[in-house]
Amino acid sequence: MLYRLSRFLRDHYVIWQNLLTWGGKKKEKPGNGQQFSNTIKSLPHFSVSPLSSSFKFQLTPQALLSLCLLGAEFTRSSMARNKEKLVLLLDVGPSMHSVLPEVEKVCSMLVEKKLIFRKNDEVGVVVFGTEETNNDLTKEVGGYDHIVVLEDIKVVDGDLIDTLQKLPRGTVDGDFLDAIVVGMDMLIKKYKDIHKGKKRLCLITNAVHPIKDSLEGTKEDQVETIAAQMTAQGMKMESVVVRGRLSQDANKRIMDENDRLLSIFSKQTLTRTVYVDSPTSLLGALKTRRITPVTVFRGDLELSPDMKIKVWVYKRTQEEKFPTLKKYSEKAPQTNKFATHQVKVDYEYKTVDGASKVVPPEQRIKGYRYGPQVVPISAAEWDAVKFKPEKGVKLLGFTDASNIMRHYYMKDVYLFIAEPGNTRAILSVSAIARAMKEMNKVAILRCVWRQGQQNVVLGVLTPNISQNDKLPDSFYFNVLPFIEDVREYQFPSFNSFPVSWQPNEQQQKAADELVQMLNLAPSGKEEALLPDYTPNPVLERFYRHLELKSKQPDAAVPPLDGTLKRITEPDPELFFENKSVIDALRKHFELKENPKLKKSARRLLREKPSGSNDEDGDADVSDAQAVNSIEKALVVKIEKIGDLTPVQDFEVILSRRDSPEWVGKAIKEMRDKILGLLSDSHEGDNHLIAVECIAALRKGCILEQEPEPYNNFLRYLNLYCQQKGMSNFWQLLASRKLTLVSKSEAADSDVTDNEARRFFVKTEPKPKD
Amino acid sequence: MDLDPEDVFKDEEDGSDNEFFQQSASSKEYVVYLVDASPKMFNTTCPGKDQKDETHFHLAVSCIAESLKTQIISRSYDEVAICFFNTREKKNLQDLNGVFVFNVAEREHLDRPTARLIKEFDCLQESFMREIGSQYGIVPGSRENSLYNALWVAQALLRKGSIKTADKRILLLTNEDDPFGGLLGAAKADMTRTSLQRAKDAQDLGISIELLPLSCPDEEFNVKVFYADLLGLDGEDLVQFMPSAGQKLEDMKDQLRKRMFTRRIIRRITFDITNGLSIQLNTYALIRPAVPGAITWLDSVTNLPLKIERSLICEDTGALIQEPPKRFQPYRNENVKFSMDEISEMKGISTGCLRLLGFKPLSCLKDYHNLRPSTFVYPSDQEVVGSTCIFIALYRSMLRLKRFAVAFYGSSSHPQLVALVAQDEVAKAGVQIEPPGINMIYLPYSDDIRDVEEIFPDTDDDAPRADEDQIQKAAALIKRIDMRDFSVSQFANPETLCSTAGSSSRRR
Repeated sequence: MLYRLSRFLRDHYVIWQNLLTWGGKKKEKPGNGQQFSNTIKSLPHFSVSPLSSSFKFQLTPQALLSLCLLGAEFTRSSMARNKEKLVLLLDVGPSMHSVLPEVEKVCSMLVEKKLIFRKNDEVGVVVFGTEETNNDLTKEVGGYDHIVVLEDIKVVDGDLIDTLQKLPRGTVDGDFLDAIVVGMDMLIKKYKDIHKGKKRLCLITNAVHPIKDSLEGTKEDQVETIAAQMTAQGMKMESVVVRGRLSQDANKRIMDENDRLLSIFSKQTLTRTVYVDSPTSLLGALKTRRITPVTVFRGDLELSPDMKIKVWVYKRTQEEKFPTLKKYSEKAPQTNKFATHQVKVDYEYKTVDGASKVVPPEQRIKGYRYGPQVVPISAAEWDAVKFKPEKGVKLLGFTDASNIMRHYYMKDVYLFIAEPGNTRAILSVSAIARAMKEMNKVAILRCVWRQGQQNVVLGVLTPNISQNDKLPDSFYFNVLPFIEDVREYQFPSFNSFPVSWQPNEQQQKAADELVQMLNLAPSGKEEALLPDYTPNPVLERFYRHLELKSKQPDAAVPPLDGTLKRITEPDPELFFENKSVIDALRKHFELKENPKLKKSARRLLREKPSGSNDEDGDADVSDAQAVNSIEKALVVKIEKIGDLTPVQDFEVILSRRDSPEWVGKAIKEMRDKILGLLSDSHEGDNHLIAVECIAALRKGCILEQEPEPYNNFLRYLNLYCQQKGMSNFWQLLASRKLTLVSKSEAADSDVTDNEARRFFVKTEPKPKD
Repeated sequence: MDLDPEDVFKDEEDGSDNEFFQQSASSKEYVVYLVDASPKMFNTTCPGKDQKDETHFHLAVSCIAESLKTQIISRSYDEVAICFFNTREKKNLQDLNGVFVFNVAEREHLDRPTARLIKEFDCLQESFMREIGSQYGIVPGSRENSLYNALWVAQALLRKGSIKTADKRILLLTNEDDPFGGLLGAAKADMTRTSLQRAKDAQDLGISIELLPLSCPDEEFNVKVFYADLLGLDGEDLVQFMPSAGQKLEDMKDQLRKRMFTRRIIRRITFDITNGLSIQLNTYALIRPAVPGAITWLDSVTNLPLKIERSLICEDTGALIQEPPKRFQPYRNENVKFSMDEISEMKGISTGCLRLLGFKPLSCLKDYHNLRPSTFVYPSDQEVVGSTCIFIALYRSMLRLKRFAVAFYGSSSHPQLVALVAQDEVAKAGVQIEPPGINMIYLPYSDDIRDVEEIFPDTDDDAPRADEDQIQKAAALIKRIDMRDFSVSQFANPETLCSTAGSSSRRR
């Protein structure tokens, strides 16, 4: 019985709402009683059920009563013009449990940002799919089970975050349409029909469970009436539907039905429906900070002096920067409760001569650099030469889209829309945009957004054909560079490279495979890392840290969690699926550190004239840090020869290429290490290691073609062993044939092969025979 | 007017942003233009428009003049010297014959360009024959070798400063591919040997010598005859050496002008393709907004620059704050404090390299996916051999399959998702217009993208759409105002022009 009642109410919700809405209208036009009764009579199903008639009499006085409050609300509403009233409708049913951590995060972030940027916004929280039921509608009319109002609509506060951070885990499959009705009811009860456009519902669900059937009409009919009501009330909705990998086992038929129902909202109301299939895009799909759009320009888009279209220009992208935090002063005594802890920044302009006198503002003049000289130009003079273009947006012409390379886009992006309400303008923009799209053309514009603005902007207008029936066609506008902004460096053509640098057929095939298989936008699935749904991990981290710190001032910076790592690191799943492709790539391409970078070769490379291949010539000016990062990727950065693995350390340092000094450093370190080993040796316990080190040193010196250091060291060792009476060590060296490096091993050596061979014989401290 | 507006809005944390757009003084460049002034440079002309032929000498000088004008605005820390060889008169510290170092008052020989240098250099063409004169310095039978002398003088000029902080270059402009061609036997061998040795000495000091050859109408400049040895080009490099193509004046001018720029690397980065496959890339800023002349405050009485001292004062106590203060964010009725270390830790979310995440079709890169100017990426085998090969393979695959790579670029100041878009080489009349390589396009995050639904006003009705007839009319209009040959950077920024004109006129 209760169920039927609930269904019935949903079907007739509209009637009830119409009464309220109508009441609002009545207030504006008093004495229109006739219309009132006509409306009632015209309502369908009104007399069909006895239930509804009793219902009517319950509600109408309520509606009328509420009208009395409207006058007050209206005046207040102008002040609260930009305050958003939001109800979060969160599906917490069992199939949602796996993504609830992300839902908690994104919702807390939303409230956190409101606490900082929009303190007066009001938010309510509804969860559905719970065991329990607690909402006004269920009390008033029954039905609407398994829906709990966690927080009534109220001005945002910290408690709200606490609530959102521990959402209940539900036990029942929720009905999202019931939840929408509950949310609408809350908004209507609280704000009546004022604050149009500022009331918002935000639904997060996977929509994999069927909504309950309607007693009368189809589910589509139900949704349509609710959608109509939403529009009438000036409510907007944002629905985030969590799908794909996150809802594998769901019934396709039900999902399709739900999708169809949800699409009715997108078509008939201002609803943004977003499908996400990863926790990462769930974090990005919900706009956590709403910035009231401001026009950059309102005026004519001049196609020619006598052909103009009225347009409004907005920013389409604008970087949300890391918040500028205020400086904190710790000078005020702790006891001072009213201390602001603010810091004032003071600037003093002083003469550079010894006196360091402060120069008053009226004695200062601006100077402009021209080469090494500074040219003083007074404000008045500057005004005379200053470039003062007239405000306006003028068409320079149309051109093929292929003439404008994508990488010439210079800045954040603008959106040109036709003046709202101006049908002629909307049609003109639509016609031109569609024609441009068909012909693959773009338009070049010259823009001066404001009067008095000093700079002119040159840019490209591209068509943006609307996919949504409610939204008109529009244009994107991207700023293009002027001549001065472009550096026309020349780079060698890849075809001119030697064959050894060109990929062969198999290599090209391996690369093709990778480019094809490592696909982030597979057909039929959600595009991964779509900028529109990818949150800024640094900002996510800041707001999480802020919340942590507000509770625990010494909280450490939280690590990037797995969800955010999907933005900064490759998706292990995707890379695992394509393991064979990646392995093939690894097999076909070989990377090694440049072996030619020996001391002599290195010099040549560095000084090779820039006319041919000047990356090398520029090596010294480039960022040393970046070079280090390359090294880091290749080997663990080792700068000293340690005790544990002296041979390996030596080899690593020797092969470092970020500075020519490393070879010399490695050899010197190794020599010191060997002598250290010998002097620290107790009864020859270090001798074996020392011999290994000497062997490594010899090998390294031959590899680097540096015979001198080794030969000199060996000669020194000879003396050292004689002095210390370490003949057994010397014999060890002889047995390993670690003799002088000869000419045939390193060209620069002054030791002949014969000399090298005889070295141990000749120098044996205690010859055997 | 109490504060310098530029300073007020400058936050310490924004420093990295400025670095993105501006060149720092530490990576400056010392350039000596070494211009051949031999009679051959004056006798050879290249055909220009309207029968206005220009001599090679004129071409060289006007390109240098143009480059100086760009430099004084955009790279004013760089220092230049202009030096002619094969001249009648001599003027150089070494007092060598046939070499003339051009300079103006109040300026060292190798110094930042000044307005006066530009102005007088502009007038040089008229007075050149009278004051400097053209004369072969390499004469059979004499031991004079003006090329040798010129390299010596250039090297001496570049003795200034350390190669660690400055990039030193000699730009040699000549149309003679065989300077000792008129000589025979031992004399030729001797001069060749000494000149090559001179060049090698200069190169050993870290000076790079670049050749900007001018081809004569009837024969192409053959770098192999002599200059390949002088420049140290062999095998691979010789193939890469780009001979000047095209005979037309405009093309040659264009080519010279482009070659006068050095390709300045902004960063060397590692591109992690998969674990264990990391290649080396160099990044270049090919497109950055030119910042019109920086403002300095002067004392209007003395015209001397002023120094700006910033002090931090505690608002509660008035005390001066010495140590870098903590930062705070008011939140939930209290001030949440952050140390600078914590702030940089929060921003440091990646290792600083570029990590490949996957590929998408080009159609996924929307027109509104943009925030900042792009960065050009070109491979280098200098550190990691094989980098270029993988790069070319991926580059060709992306071009062919019309896909771009998505990667995460973890720079410490601005970690960001980027699109790597392959750009095919484009050349017109032998002049490279688009270099081959990959452009890195910085993608916005969802936080940076404004909702369209917010922008469009609420309506109950569907938006009006143009019908086929209206679209056809628009198409006709588009055809009428079509700019067929439009290319980016045809236009100079009127603002920069204006301020430069103001500054130069003021100088006089």
